[in-house]
Amino acid sequence: MKELLNELDKAFENRVRLGIMSALVVNDFLDFNALKELLGVTDGNLASHLKNLEKSAYINFEKEFVDRKPNTKYYATDIGKEAFRKHINAIEQLLK
Amino acid sequence: MKEKYIEDLKEIKEMMNRSSRFLSLSGISGVTAGIIALAGAYLAHRMVFSQSNLLSFNSVELSGEQFINLLVIALATMIVSIGLVIFLTTQETKKRRQKIWDHQTKRILINLFIPLVTGGIVCLSFLFKGFVGVTMPLTLIFYGLALLNVSKYTVNEIRSLGLIEIVLGLVSLQFIAYGLWFWAAGFGLFHIVYGFIVKLKYKS
Repeated sequence: MKELLNELDKAFENRVRLGIMSALVVNDFLDFNALKELLGVTDGNLASHLKNLEKSAYINFEKEFVDRKPNTKYYATDIGKEAFRKHINAIEQLLK
Repeated sequence: MKEKYIEDLKEIKEMMNRSSRFLSLSGISGVTAGIIALAGAYLAHRMVFSQSNLLSFNSVELSGEQFINLLVIALATMIVSIGLVIFLTTQETKKRRQKIWDHQTKRILINLFIPLVTGGIVCLSFLFKGFVGVTMPLTLIFYGLALLNVSKYTVNEIRSLGLIEIVLGLVSLQFIAYGLWFWAAGFGLFHIVYGFIVKLKYKS
């Protein structure tokens, strides 16, 4: 049990971060507003969780301009996808 | 403790579905599209196919009137049913407070229309050459391929509906004289059946 708990990723303990990661692993990319709408959180809240995941190198972003407005696309990195897979495996083991 | 992780898994699954699949597809619009298709098939039977033996592999000489009637019925059926699907699905997304025009619906429409427009052009080419018989199975096959192509972006049922349409089209190609019956089954009957399934399952 103890060992299994260590397998769980701290980065995904938070529901918002878990949600961001779930959405990003099944989509090539999502922009800030799509994530905001999906999760139903405020700008500030979302931004801080995104920054947190960025620091762990689980997600990355690209800035581009759509109709001269800045648009930020977020996507999951390979490291992030692997970490997420491990996290889900650990949960499944725990629930066995 | 365990409850938290069960909740987590639920959340993960829901977020994956909601972010990648369009689930507000209106079931009732499937039923109405089916009814319109049945009406279209009936009209085509009365006005065009009852007069002569058009449903064969051979190229047949359609009279100008027959050709116009067939084209008008086909276009009217298509426009009315697509219009209703768009209208009713828009209503459904409004009810669920979702956006109708976002990256999900864009992705679905693009992937739906690539096989559909290809099929449309193929069918029209055959129709202009007088090969009326083969166009019926071909519409089923291309429609099935189009559904299969978008099934990963929307409710799961669309995949099996697509497969049914493809199989119906292929079988119908062997029984070309009954083309209109297969067409009515594929576009009429199965739309109605699947409309009800989606309606019941997703309460839409």
